[in-house]
Amino acid sequence: MLTAIAWRNLWRNKLRSTVIFTSIAVGIIGAVVSDGFMSGMTDQRVNSAIANEVSDIQVHNPSFLLNGEIQYQIPHAGHTMRKIESIPQVKGVSLRMRIQAMAASANAGAGITLYGVNPAAERKVSDLYKHIIQGKYLSSKDKIPAILGQKLAHKLNLDLGDKLIVTVTDSTGTITSGAFQITGIYKTANDRFDEANVFVRKKDLSALIGYPVKSGDEIAIRLKANRQTPVVMKKLQHIFQKEINSKQIVIQSWDQIQPLLKSMIAMMNYFSYIFLVIILAALAFAIINTMLMAVMERTREIGMLMALGMNKRKIFSLIMLETIFLSVVGAVLGLIISIFIINHYATYGFELSSVARGLNYIGYSSRIFFRVNTNFYITSIILVVVVAVMSSISPALKALKLQPATAIRDIQ
Amino acid sequence: MSIIEATGIYKTYQETKVPVNALNGVDLKIEEGEFTAIVGPSGSGKTTLLNILGGLDLPTKGDILIENTNLKTLGSRQLIDFRLHNIGFVFQAYNLIPVLTAKENTEFIMELQKIPKKERSKKAMELLEAVGIADKADHKPGQLSGGQQQRVAVARALASKPRFIIADEPTANLDSRSTNELLEIMAEMNRKYHSTFIFATHDQRVMDKAHRIVTIDDGKIIGDETFEGR
Ligand SMILES: Nc1ncnc2c1ncn2[C@@H]1O[C@H](COP(=O)(O)OP(=O)(O)OP(=O)(O)O)[C@@H](O)[C@H]1O
Ligand SMILES: [Mg+2]
Repeated sequence: MLTAIAWRNLWRNKLRSTVIFTSIAVGIIGAVVSDGFMSGMTDQRVNSAIANEVSDIQVHNPSFLLNGEIQYQIPHAGHTMRKIESIPQVKGVSLRMRIQAMAASANAGAGITLYGVNPAAERKVSDLYKHIIQGKYLSSKDKIPAILGQKLAHKLNLDLGDKLIVTVTDSTGTITSGAFQITGIYKTANDRFDEANVFVRKKDLSALIGYPVKSGDEIAIRLKANRQTPVVMKKLQHIFQKEINSKQIVIQSWDQIQPLLKSMIAMMNYFSYIFLVIILAALAFAIINTMLMAVMERTREIGMLMALGMNKRKIFSLIMLETIFLSVVGAVLGLIISIFIINHYATYGFELSSVARGLNYIGYSSRIFFRVNTNFYITSIILVVVVAVMSSISPALKALKLQPATAIRDIQ
Repeated sequence: MSIIEATGIYKTYQETKVPVNALNGVDLKIEEGEFTAIVGPSGSGKTTLLNILGGLDLPTKGDILIENTNLKTLGSRQLIDFRLHNIGFVFQAYNLIPVLTAKENTEFIMELQKIPKKERSKKAMELLEAVGIADKADHKPGQLSGGQQQRVAVARALASKPRFIIADEPTANLDSRSTNELLEIMAEMNRKYHSTFIFATHDQRVMDKAHRIVTIDDGKIIGDETFEGR
């Protein structure tokens, strides 16, 4: 019957309870939607970084990672590739030549990373071909084609069809230059990527620097789904145990290649929880105030309950239950509304075009698809209950201080 | 043996600027099955005495023995439990829990006493029947008249099978018809179940029904009459 009394007490002062329900609901909506937005932003950054920039897994010669010199090639690259391709979760594998270079136009220069790729294999690994905004992606038909980011094109004042001069060190250690023709300009959500990476065909690059076309210093692996990364990493480590132990190759997952991506996810999560806690702490005061008022109004009634023989533990539970109901009703309301909002923006996305320029620079696109972990919903409810229990302490203690004889006399 | 034996009861309220001596040496014995009125002018100490007899307040001096239990020896937790199992209360007004129905209110103490659901439901209906408002069992106190609310309070007090029932001016807020009805019911319960009632009153009509009238003034008993055959 305690539960019934606590629940029904909630509706005695409808206006007051409604104000609290609404505040809690709004607070929860604020916390959940902001988490949805932040997670959406992070997801997007991570997904596009994986799709366009790092792929899921990369293989290198350990020495290459240390100093980036192309002489540190992947031994038996073709054999290694075939082994990787046979793993069922793998969608595509691309053997690249990656080299630091200077790019120059008639009136400007810039340091870049030059990639020599096999266009057909690269398409399976990187989504960059989807981001061509002018011209087209690398193809086998063109004559020494190159594609570069819009940002770099602007910087070097280059257009489609113009010549791009790159300067590199060849296999003999001699500095040499070559000309490519710009056949495509891409634009991803990350301006800094667009500013620094140029893609050409591997056979053209190998001709320029004098390495065999079948060699390479980077294998990029794309999986059917990013979440399979740990499983595939395990398999690869098993398959290439010998090569790894003898320091011939090193295999890295996307979060090892760009640890910042991973820590960004963790940080966003962390912020969401801090935000939730701050909101709930503020709400706690409103809850305490409401319950203190309720206890004061019911002095006589509580005195009567004590007179009749209701013990302190039960009185305490009664007030705690009422506080929990008060809080949880608002929280559930807030969560239901939040789920609708999150689902809506998870499907249709949230347009941020007004600030998109700045966002692009730090690697975000302007449409954000919200996401909230089920964990966050569960944690919110748990935290609300914790806050309710803590908020009920002071009103409950106030009730316990009442003396039945005095409390009954008070209003009589 | 008496149910209640109060000896040398003094009560001084210290919380006020000038201490108030509400009771100044009260000796009182109550026997099982009594139907006793405590009367006296306003401020004479009736409520104070009933609170002390009912274990809601402790005397400054003196002993209350309720069937061999000296209330002084009980800790506050034990005292609450003692009240739950031994003493019934009917207050002047606002007796009932507003969010519970008449039946739930009647069952409430039985639930605290951990009486099984089936049994308490049956007992509650029986008692509501006995006080004549079984048809209002599902009404909340707000939907009942003052007299009906007091009848529910009597039913609830009886439901806990107390040793005695304390009623502080139970009819003070009632019109004469409801007063009569309530007294009739209390008297009938007294006859039927041999329940002991002690009530404070100003009301002449109430005094007329009492079997014993204890008069109190200035915190002292100044009269104690028993009326046989009432
Ligand atoms: N909590 C208290 N603090 C101080 N004085 C009190 C307190 N309760 C009662 N008194 C005083 O004790 C005296 C006895 O009060 P009590 O309420 O017992 O009288 P009563 O006979 O019940 O009066 P009434 O007929 O008006 O109900 C009064 O003088 C009253 O003012
Ligand atoms: Mg009084």
